[in-house]
Amino acid sequence: MVTKLKTAYGSGIEPLTYLGQNYMVVDRSLIPEILQVLRNEEQFDYCVDITAVHYPKRDKQFDVLWVLYSYARNERIRVKTLIADGETLPTSVPIWTTANWLEREVFDMFGIKFDGHPDMKRILLPDGWKGHPLRKDYGILQQDNEWVQINLGIESGQ
Amino acid sequence: MHQNMTDQNTSLSPLDLETPEKPFLDANELVINMGPQHPATHGVLRVILRLDGERVMGLECVIGYLHRGVEKIGEHRTYTMFNPYVDRMDYVAAVSNGLGYCETVEKLLGVEAPPRAQYIRVILTELNRMASHQLWLGTHALDIGAITPLFYTFRDREEILKIFEKYCGARLTTHAFRIGGLQYEAYDGFEKDVKKFVSFVAPKIDEYEELLTTNRIWLERTKGVGIISGKDCIALGVTGPVLRASGVKWDLRKAQPYANYKNFDFDIPIGQNGDTYDRYIVRMAEFRQSLRIIQQAVDGMPEGPIMAKVPKVIKPPVGEVYHSIEAPKGELGYFIVSDGSTQPYRMRVRPPSFVNLQALDVMCRGAMVADVVAVIGTLDIVLGEVDR
Repeated sequence: MVTKLKTAYGSGIEPLTYLGQNYMVVDRSLIPEILQVLRNEEQFDYCVDITAVHYPKRDKQFDVLWVLYSYARNERIRVKTLIADGETLPTSVPIWTTANWLEREVFDMFGIKFDGHPDMKRILLPDGWKGHPLRKDYGILQQDNEWVQINLGIESGQ
Repeated sequence: MHQNMTDQNTSLSPLDLETPEKPFLDANELVINMGPQHPATHGVLRVILRLDGERVMGLECVIGYLHRGVEKIGEHRTYTMFNPYVDRMDYVAAVSNGLGYCETVEKLLGVEAPPRAQYIRVILTELNRMASHQLWLGTHALDIGAITPLFYTFRDREEILKIFEKYCGARLTTHAFRIGGLQYEAYDGFEKDVKKFVSFVAPKIDEYEELLTTNRIWLERTKGVGIISGKDCIALGVTGPVLRASGVKWDLRKAQPYANYKNFDFDIPIGQNGDTYDRYIVRMAEFRQSLRIIQQAVDGMPEGPIMAKVPKVIKPPVGEVYHSIEAPKGELGYFIVSDGSTQPYRMRVRPPSFVNLQALDVMCRGAMVADVVAVIGTLDIVLGEVDR
């Protein structure tokens, strides 16, 4: 499968394996097409997880990952792409309904927006919160004091 | 708090799935708030219901009330220090959380727990699966109006917690496993206790079934309620007993065996209709399968070391790994990125409850308000894990 994709898309895809787990690094521009192909032609019908990793020192600061599983093949694959801060990604809700909440969580925690998402808003943190806690420049003790003071009537949550 | 509640956006975002019912009267839609403090929401879950009379047209879940930033904490603790934290996500199945975490780090390190440790892990994990299902059964029946099963299940769950307490000193947040194996050898009489428990609890499961399986009220409240098809389950990423009750025969213990599960003989119970009753039947059957696994594990427990050779300071090589296990509620996955230091660079938890809860909207459309309570119960969510 990976070689088939490799011949079709050339240098846009780099298939890799670590500890027996397959993953591929895909160019940002190919993402919508690759996800669609994986779902429709390669039977990856279960989107296990969507998440991101922040590397503040890199030019393209974020790794965004899709963990996919195929019931028919009993196989897992991870698709990874690199994007810069402020760059958006196309939503995969039309491909996998489950992406709805998972993308909202990525937005909430990292501030990565997904274009075309039906309801792109925070999920775990309150709607008015400032900042995205899983970014590396967000301290572990940091919080949105303004929000806490207005909404909870206390000086600080700490 | 109150002001904040009314300020929040109540517009609903229907999923891309068809709505089974159209409004049958020209009545106005009524938007009702349920929770966040409601006895039937199993924690702090807020549900905004859009109603036409007593029918649910759609709903939106508002979550995050128990958010503690577990993933952020994971990035600021060493691998060893983070181990007890995972117990606090799905706190009724702490042992499963620990198993998934330890196995993921072991994978990164390239070590494997010795066979004896694996057997003890399987026994404790399956006991915990039973404890989780017992808690689910008691509270789910209580939500629907049957008070008695709660006393039966909690009485028997106590015996499991006693074994945990004797093994590691804790009843709920056990921290039973260590990266590379176990800290504690099974105490004297562990096998005897487990065997005694198996023979004690087997007839008790029949007792639960006698209370409910053919009970007319139970049947009317659960049959045909909260139906979800296998196809929708897969689209929504739903796993665990909910998926199996919709007819999809899939269990990670069989599909991608971990922790020695390939050595045990057990079946995957499935349902056909994907309704609340089938989910009940599937979980009841899982009790018996867990007992089978425990029986085999106790009989075949090998001798030997319980800890693999793991360095004192855990520093996995640079790399990333995703590993998942079949927790009582579904697929529990960990995605860990290591940068070669003593702390994980990224600690992602893929919680089954969070993903399963997303199906609530689909399962409740067209149902009555009272059924929402039944469906929340049947999904078996733990808000500690949803919000992390």
